This record gives sequence, C-alpha cells and structure tokens, in this order.
Amino acid sequence: MRSEPVVQVQALVKRYGTKTAVDGLDLVARAGVTAVLGPNGAGKTTTVETCEGYRKPDSGTVRVLGLDPVRQSRALNPRIGVMLQSGGVYSGARADEMLRHVARLHAHPLDVDALIERLGLGGCGRTTYRRLSGGQQQRLALAMAVVGRPELVFLDEPTAGLDPQARHATWDLVRDLRADGVSVILTTHYMDEAEQLADDVAIIDAGRVIAQGSPEELCRGGAENTLRFSGRPGLDVGSLLKALPADCTAAELTPGSYRVGGKVDPQLLATVTSWCAQHGVMPERISVERHTLEDVFLELTGKELRS
Amino acid sequence: MTTGLYAPRPGAAPLPRMIAAQAALETRMLLRNGEQLLLTVVIPTLLLVLFSSVDIVDTGAGEAVDFLTPGVLALAVMSTAFTGQAIATGFERRYGVLKRLASSPLPRWGLMAAKTLAVLVTEVLQIVLLTVIAFALGWSPQGNPLAVLLLLVLGTAAFSGLGLLMAGTLKAEATLGAANLVFLLLLVGGGVIVPLDRFPSGAQDVLGLLPISALSDGLRDVLQHGAGMPWGDLAILAAWAVVGLAAAGRFFRWE
Repeated sequence: MRSEPVVQVQALVKRYGTKTAVDGLDLVARAGVTAVLGPNGAGKTTTVETCEGYRKPDSGTVRVLGLDPVRQSRALNPRIGVMLQSGGVYSGARADEMLRHVARLHAHPLDVDALIERLGLGGCGRTTYRRLSGGQQQRLALAMAVVGRPELVFLDEPTAGLDPQARHATWDLVRDLRADGVSVILTTHYMDEAEQLADDVAIIDAGRVIAQGSPEELCRGGAENTLRFSGRPGLDVGSLLKALPADCTAAELTPGSYRVGGKVDPQLLATVTSWCAQHGVMPERISVERHTLEDVFLELTGKELRS
Repeated sequence: MTTGLYAPRPGAAPLPRMIAAQAALETRMLLRNGEQLLLTVVIPTLLLVLFSSVDIVDTGAGEAVDFLTPGVLALAVMSTAFTGQAIATGFERRYGVLKRLASSPLPRWGLMAAKTLAVLVTEVLQIVLLTVIAFALGWSPQGNPLAVLLLLVLGTAAFSGLGLLMAGTLKAEATLGAANLVFLLLLVGGGVIVPLDRFPSGAQDVLGLLPISALSDGLRDVLQHGAGMPWGDLAILAAWAVVGLAAAGRFFRWE
C-alpha cells in the first residue's frame, strides 16, 4: 500500500522544560495501519499529540494529510479521529449521549446505534461516564474517534488494560477500518498488537525512530533466528561464544535463561548442545524461535519493552 | 472484509448546529449536577424565601423582598457564570474533555460560545424561578428593564471571565475550593443580603468595587428605587469583564 504519506514528521524536537521528549524524530506514515512501538516514555504520545495539533513543535515540521495540525486545524480536524489515552468525556455524560454528541459535530457520521452495538456499549444504559468500567471508557473513546467517518484515526494505546475479548473486538474494528480505506496510526507497547495489525511499524526509543518497516522486514533484519535454552545460572557465556561461529551472539537474559542469536541451523544447535555436554550442563526447554519484534527491539535498544 | 461501512466521508457539521449541540450538552451537564443545582438554585431560593419571611438582617426601609430580590438575582448570576462555570470547566480540563473537543470539528471559540449560551440558558431558568417566587412574596419591581438586562449581561461577562481564568490556570481541586470560598465571601460581603452600609466605611469603598457589589447595587438602584441607567456600576462591571476575559484569553490552558 504505497501512496502519498498521511503523516510526515521531519526532524521533530519537543522539550518539556529541560527534558527532551522527542529528539529529532523522522516518521513517514502511509495509507494503512502504522504502529508506533516503544517503551513508556519513548516519545510516542508526544509525537502523536503533535500530529493531532495539541503540541507545537519546538523545531521540525509535521504534516498530517498535507496540513499543518496547529495552524490548519479547522481544515484538518473534521478529517481525523482522535482517541486519547484516557478521559475526554464529561464525567456526568452517558456513553450514548457523548457519542451522539460527537456524531452531531460531523456532517456524515456513522449510525450511532450500530456503533454502540458493535462495540458492546449497549449495556451501559443510563450509567454516567465516571461509573463506567475502564474497558467501557476505552471503547467509548474508540467509538468517538471513528464516528465522524474520518480519513485518518489516531489511537493512543487503544487496548491498554483491556481484557482479551475487548482487545480482539478493538483489533477487528481496526482491521475493518483498514479494509474500508481508513488509515490508522496507533501507539502501543504490545508487540503482538503491532505484529497483528500493522502494515508498517516504527520503533521509537528515547525520542527517535530507530527502525521502521513492515513486521516481516523488521524481523528479517539482524539475526535470522533465536535459540533459547535454560540451564543453571552463571554459565560462562564467553566460553560458549568462542565455540560458536563468528557472527553469533550469546547472552544470559535473566539468571539461568540463555539466548543465542545468529543463523540457527542444525550445525549451530549441535555446537550448543556439545558445548553444554562438555560443561556438564543439561539444557532444559531448548527452543528455536523466529525472530520477533521483541527481539528486534531488544537488539536495537538493549532494553525490554515494559508494559 | 470490506463492507464500506467505515469508508471515509469526513466533514464538519454546520457551525450553528455544532454550537447549538454543544450548548445543549453543556446545559444538560449543568442541570444534571447535584452540587451545581445546590449552588445555582437551592441556595438563592432559600436565601430569598428565608430572609424575606424572617426578619434576621435589617434591610433598611421598605419591604425586605424588594431589597433582597435584586441581591439574590445578582447571586444567581454569580453562582452560574462564576462558581458553576469555573468548577465545571476546571474538571473538564482535568479530565481531558476540553482536550478531546479541541481536536473535534468544533473550533475553540465555538466551544466558548456554547459555554456562554449554556450559562445564559441556565440564568434565564434561574431568573424565571426567582422572579416567580419573589412575586409570590410580594415583590414590586420598578425601573427600566433595559437597564436590568444590561446589568445582567455585563455581570455575566465579568463573572465568566473570572471563572474561566480560574478554571484555566488552577488545578481542578483548587478551583473547586477557591470558587466555593469566593462564592461564600462575596455572598456575605457583596451586598447580596447584607447591605454594604453595615460595613465600616473604609471596607465599603473596597467592597463597592467588587463585581458582585456592582451588580447587586446596580440591580437594587433600578429595581428597588427606580433609578435610571446605573452608569457607575455598569462601568465597574465592564472593567471587570474586560480585565477578566482578557486575562482568561491570555492565560487559559486547555490541559
């Protein structure tokens, strides 16, 4: 799905006091679903909120659907849908009342009753927002983002804290939006969410995009495969590394849990097991895994994605 | 599966429709809130009925209700335009409502216009209720209705500016506390039920410059004494309105 960019961010810098939240970030998102992936505090929300027109860049440029989100918000706002990470609703408003209200601000909104049904908000009845469950509040925010039939939807951590069922309902809606030609920018720190939904993934760390591509492209890069095994803690990883071919990596991720990266073929597996035999180590739970986004992230940043 | 259901068809609703919808929602939120109703309806009504029927405060010559009604009308304006609006807007800011609406098709000035409309609708309801009660208590108003309307509008502008300034700069909890405290202090020291001439003369000069004193004094001059345009009070209200709205426009933070 190559086409005109829906979002174009160039050399974006955003500081809060002395803290630099976004540090020269470049990002191009095209039609389809783009996941902005990164740990808490990486600058995901700041980047997305700059695209939504909430924050003025300290430097750099941001274009959304070709428009400046701050100075051309009147033209842009009807064309985008926004789901904030939390809040956004009058505490005394009922779910259907708020959704109907947002629909009234648009010229050709979706059918509100159908949307309520689809997202399972029908059971909210006369309950006001502050008494809705976290999951209901989240789904209402999602409904508010799509009800105006936008071209582009921004979802900031749309499934954080949702139960699996509600999570899949949200994923299904994102897939339907994509199929109907709506572009989606979503931030997440869930790997599987990015792998499941995204055409394109931008990995952000410390205010910069450190890698971007389709999930397949990203997982193909670097080590092709991963071999994991468990043994007693504190094995001599340096000695293991010496036994391995030159381009391999080996590390003790957590005490007793080891990871070997590189071209994992039968020969490599034999090398690892014979090294274990020489050292009197019984490798337990030995497994060969496809390289995941999680591994890519770990390799690029040396950090685990925290949730 | 492609259903076409979500196919983009963006567009803003016509501006008047957006503002009307926003004003209707804001008014409903106001009328649904129990604490707000206590402030805007119950307290003014109780004060009017209680002090008209029981001789607690010396309200000077003439019927107590003729003295009290203009003060209570001023209080009603303050309770909605200042206290109620400050608290509601403070919490809307805190809970991201203002933020979410800022990315909707409704422009920010449209949101402010809708808030003003909601305040005016609420005030009309308050004034109708209080007027009916006052007549039942034997109120006999005088004066020029145009002067009354002008006072009410300028008073609303002055209190709105101050309320929004508070809501847009302080934390929601601080706004809640401060707005209620100011309401109470101005209720006592603003000529609403206690005539200003009961205070020491030095204090009178200062208290007389407060927006609530200007509004209650102006309304009283017209409605109780049949005076013409109360230019002095109108000038004080206009000054507060200009300063308050300008400061709110300058310092208001949306989140």
